[in-house]
Amino acid sequence: MATSWTRFRRDKTALAGLTVIALIVTAAALAPWLAPFDPSFQSADGLTEDGSPVPPNSEFWLGTDLLGRDLLSRMIFGARNSLIIGLVANGAAVLIGTSLGVVAGYLGGYVGAALMRFTDLVMAFPALLLAVALAAILGSSLWIVAAVIAMVNWVQIARVIYTETTALSSRDYIEAARALGAGTPRILLQHLIPHLLPTVLVYGTLGIATTVLLEAALSYLGVGVQPPDPSWGGIIFESQSYFLNAPWLVFFPGVAIVLVALSFNLVGDALRDALDPTQRGRT
Amino acid sequence: MIRYLAKRAAWSLLILLGVSAITFAVNFVIPSDPVALIAARSATKADRDRLRHELWLDRPVIVQYGHYMAGVLQGDLGRSYKRKTQVAEQVAARLPATLILMAAAISFELLIGLPAGLFAARRRGSSADKTAMTLSFIGVSAPQFVTGLILFYVFAYWLNLLPTGGFGGVSHVILPAVTLGIAGGGWYSRMMRSSMVDVLRQDYIRTARAKGLDERSVVLVHAFRNAVLPIVAMIGLDVGIFMSGVVVVEQVYGWPGIGQLMWQAIQDRDIPIIMGVTLTAAIFIVLGNLLADVIAPLIDPRIRLR
Repeated sequence: MATSWTRFRRDKTALAGLTVIALIVTAAALAPWLAPFDPSFQSADGLTEDGSPVPPNSEFWLGTDLLGRDLLSRMIFGARNSLIIGLVANGAAVLIGTSLGVVAGYLGGYVGAALMRFTDLVMAFPALLLAVALAAILGSSLWIVAAVIAMVNWVQIARVIYTETTALSSRDYIEAARALGAGTPRILLQHLIPHLLPTVLVYGTLGIATTVLLEAALSYLGVGVQPPDPSWGGIIFESQSYFLNAPWLVFFPGVAIVLVALSFNLVGDALRDALDPTQRGRT
Repeated sequence: MIRYLAKRAAWSLLILLGVSAITFAVNFVIPSDPVALIAARSATKADRDRLRHELWLDRPVIVQYGHYMAGVLQGDLGRSYKRKTQVAEQVAARLPATLILMAAAISFELLIGLPAGLFAARRRGSSADKTAMTLSFIGVSAPQFVTGLILFYVFAYWLNLLPTGGFGGVSHVILPAVTLGIAGGGWYSRMMRSSMVDVLRQDYIRTARAKGLDERSVVLVHAFRNAVLPIVAMIGLDVGIFMSGVVVVEQVYGWPGIGQLMWQAIQDRDIPIIMGVTLTAAIFIVLGNLLADVIAPLIDPRIRLR
């Protein structure tokens, strides 16, 4: 682990990504103290005389939205929703995908084949469309959005873990453990899963990027986090009809989404290099 | 070869059957009362019961599914809740626009992705490689509605170089295709790079170099043909990502395809249209994968052995 960290540290872009993540997590956690305004407060000077949003100035650093609310404050509170969904939905997806992949890979045979064919089926679905349909029917609360994202996002990690488990299961040390009388749960928990953890960590990190992007897209389509709760995709959804006059309402939340997704992608990619040096520079 | 293709085709059909079961479930089983979604608020109980009967909702689920499948096989995707029109007709009318956009977007992403990956692999470890890969990550990390709105603002509104949207000549397709292609181009460049790095390590490349072939033909003829293979297989998956992206991008640019239809249906919570478009998209994804399965052995005869 120590050498992995040394290798990770050498990657400057990944360190930058880690810094961005740390900053945004801190901002989200301290939102009530950091945000200059309440996110739903409609300030008296938040709209110009003809009722349009105010561009960035010394009072509203990132300008205001169509209802005269401070954009910076809404974005800081919106970071909470994006990150909570990112962590919960991705955590659930990693859990489902890993368990399914390990079970299918270790058991093999008909059960394994059936489970993997099921992942093929889910793969054939356009993830966003399926998520949209589910969210449209089930209604959109924070938790439903998270559940919907988890339901469509476990597939990739399941496949990766399946491939790795199949390779590991045929190793001699697993055979030896079995010969010594270890049962299936013991083999899975003690001999397989610890070796899979680096992969889980890498795909778990990359998955947060995918999840944040999916959440933003759902909110942009109007089936994600519902107003008045702020979310980055939702702010863009609300403001797009006005965006030629108030481009900051699209630009700032857009940059925030890109930065977060990019940071998690960079960190995940660097983790892959750091944890598995043989893969270095390949992907 | 024929056996291989027959197997793949049979598998595709099976996948489509599964997909239709899911779209059926989302349409009729998951909503607690589909009639409540469709009927006008003023509908009487008799109206609702009649509607329930017309939609076969008063019969067992398995019979409902049989009815739904019989419809789908005849090209009937049900009626829109809001517009009372046939879903299949709407999808068919809008499909050509989406296919044009798809062709343009996929060409664009291959055009930027493959050369970028090739370039980065040749200069592996250099700062040019690092820059190219960071750029590709930015492309992958940017949601299409953000890329779309920003490109729209800069090129259509501010610089006034391209039309602001709608359907028409070549100039209309540029912005939506570029928006869709930026993310895909990022993926292709990463895949191409890692595939190329693998191939360049192979013995036969060393042999080719040892024979004294110039670097150009080693890279472009010997390495490229093998490295591009995994990329072909990716195009199938790409269709799926594309079908999701099209909803957002068509809305941004007012492109009259199935994505825009989907957008409107989402705003109206018009489930039959949403599921009709989803099923259509799934058919294209399955076809895309099948196509990749057919093309791969043509490029690399070794695959036929599997």
